Amino acid sequence: MNTDRSTAPRGAPRRAFWKLLFTEAKLAWRQPIGLIFGLGLPVLLLVIFASIPAFKKPNADLGGSTYLSIYLPILAAFILASLALIGLTAPLASYREQGVLRRVSTTPVPPSWVLAAQLVINLVVAAVALLLVVTLGVAAFGVQGPKQVPGFILSILLAAAALFAIGLWVAAISRTSQAAAAIGNILFFPLIFFAGLWIPRNIMPAVLRGISDFTPLGAAVQALQSAMQGSFPPARPLLVLVAYAAVFAVAAVKLFKWE
Amino acid sequence: MPVVEVDHLRKAYGTTVAVDDVSFSVDEGEIFGILGPNGAGKTTAVECVVGLRVPDAGTIRVLGLDPRADGRQLKERVGVQLQESALPAKLKVREALDLYSSFYRATADVDQLAQALGLAAKRNSYFKSLSGGQKQRLSIALALVGRPEVAVLDELTTGLDPQARRDTWELIEDVRGRGVTILLVTHYMDEAERLCDRVALFDCGRIVAVDSPEGLAERVAGGKRVRFVPSVSFDDALLTRLPTVRRVEHEGEHVAVRGSGDVLNDVILTLDRAGVAARDVQLESASLEDAFVELTGRGFNHEVSPDTADGRKRSQRS
Repeated sequence: MNTDRSTAPRGAPRRAFWKLLFTEAKLAWRQPIGLIFGLGLPVLLLVIFASIPAFKKPNADLGGSTYLSIYLPILAAFILASLALIGLTAPLASYREQGVLRRVSTTPVPPSWVLAAQLVINLVVAAVALLLVVTLGVAAFGVQGPKQVPGFILSILLAAAALFAIGLWVAAISRTSQAAAAIGNILFFPLIFFAGLWIPRNIMPAVLRGISDFTPLGAAVQALQSAMQGSFPPARPLLVLVAYAAVFAVAAVKLFKWE
Repeated sequence: MPVVEVDHLRKAYGTTVAVDDVSFSVDEGEIFGILGPNGAGKTTAVECVVGLRVPDAGTIRVLGLDPRADGRQLKERVGVQLQESALPAKLKVREALDLYSSFYRATADVDQLAQALGLAAKRNSYFKSLSGGQKQRLSIALALVGRPEVAVLDELTTGLDPQARRDTWELIEDVRGRGVTILLVTHYMDEAERLCDRVALFDCGRIVAVDSPEGLAERVAGGKRVRFVPSVSFDDALLTRLPTVRRVEHEGEHVAVRGSGDVLNDVILTLDRAGVAARDVQLESASLEDAFVELTGRGFNHEVSPDTADGRKRSQRS
């Protein structure tokens, strides 16, 4: 029954990745914590904000913008933070804890494929959620769409790179799924605070905004807002995002344990 | 050519030496047992064999390949069932089998495999809803789904009820019947006695002996013991000159003869010819457990009770 496989090509067949991706997607659907926080909640928040009349009126404190248009980048930041810090880390940490990654290590499939599949799934959900929030905001709730589209897209991509690098780092250093949830939450709330979820950056006290400028989501919101208003994002927030992406990606790669 | 060759393997975690100077080889088509108490270094040794850990010293060859350097090629040909390795809670049995079969180039028929392992009725159940035995069987199925030439099974029947254990043993014999070489890690004596062609007895990171289960039991001084009450007294020399007899002891009215091989027959026939009748005849055979106690000087589970400490406890098979 054993044909000579010593001459067979090395490594797992390509279809294994697609099968893995498809299976992980099904699991994400069955345990939709990432979908709830990364897609459901931001859309719900958008609908709630849009139903507050005051949010749709131009506001002098915000330089003539509406609260709703100020919140669009904040919701984008919320989407990325949820998926990177919760959607990505929860399954990876529990897979390591339960020995799923270890089991995969004994097969021709490298465990990094599981991580790659999780990344792809969460990035796809992020793209869908971002499209949904922006489209819904513009088409249904009358928000002025981003005037500087390339700058907006670049900012989104860099913000995603920074947040997902941080997410991978959390997955790398958490030994258990409980630790991953704890670290994810501890990071999530200050990050989303400095993005301006409770106090938008425009009306933040100067000290807080100064700190916010150097947090990943603060920089992301700053870049996105300027692209919304029509100018290419300034260099500093973009560089802040690049720095976070680089530092945490390197740390994640160095620290990641497969078992 | 041996299928698995381990030569002077050593692996330490910090200052704790888990495996020290371990050598053994597994032949094609045999069920080779790695037997020893918890913490003896069994799992570390097989983790090195399957390439999950890097040995500190020594060489390992599996199917002629180096598990580290040729790992990807080897993983196609070696199926592994690890201790305490779960699956995602909401993965269904059928999905797990399909997923893992996609990992290999040569694959077993998933439906047949599920059938053979008694999982057919559970195909649409979530992993988390399976019983311990079902999870274990799924684990074995995943180790076999790539049609391996070598299967490494770690603590196969831990946590299973007696019926499930016996079923699993039969399954393993079937798998071997299909030509798969099996490396079986266990801390159950009865499992090793029942399944293994040869056993490497591990203790404190070292191998104390490698032999067939019967061979190991035979090595114990007085592999067999015949106890009886003679009808009349007789000269010990009558028995001690028999080649199968090692020693004759008197315990009150009982006589105990230690020996090996066909000692029972020899003793009874010789006594009969000398006109001595024996009643209350008992034959006690040394077991693997006795062998372990004898070879390491202490009980298998590190519980030194008066019974086991002197290696006298015998499983009775009269």
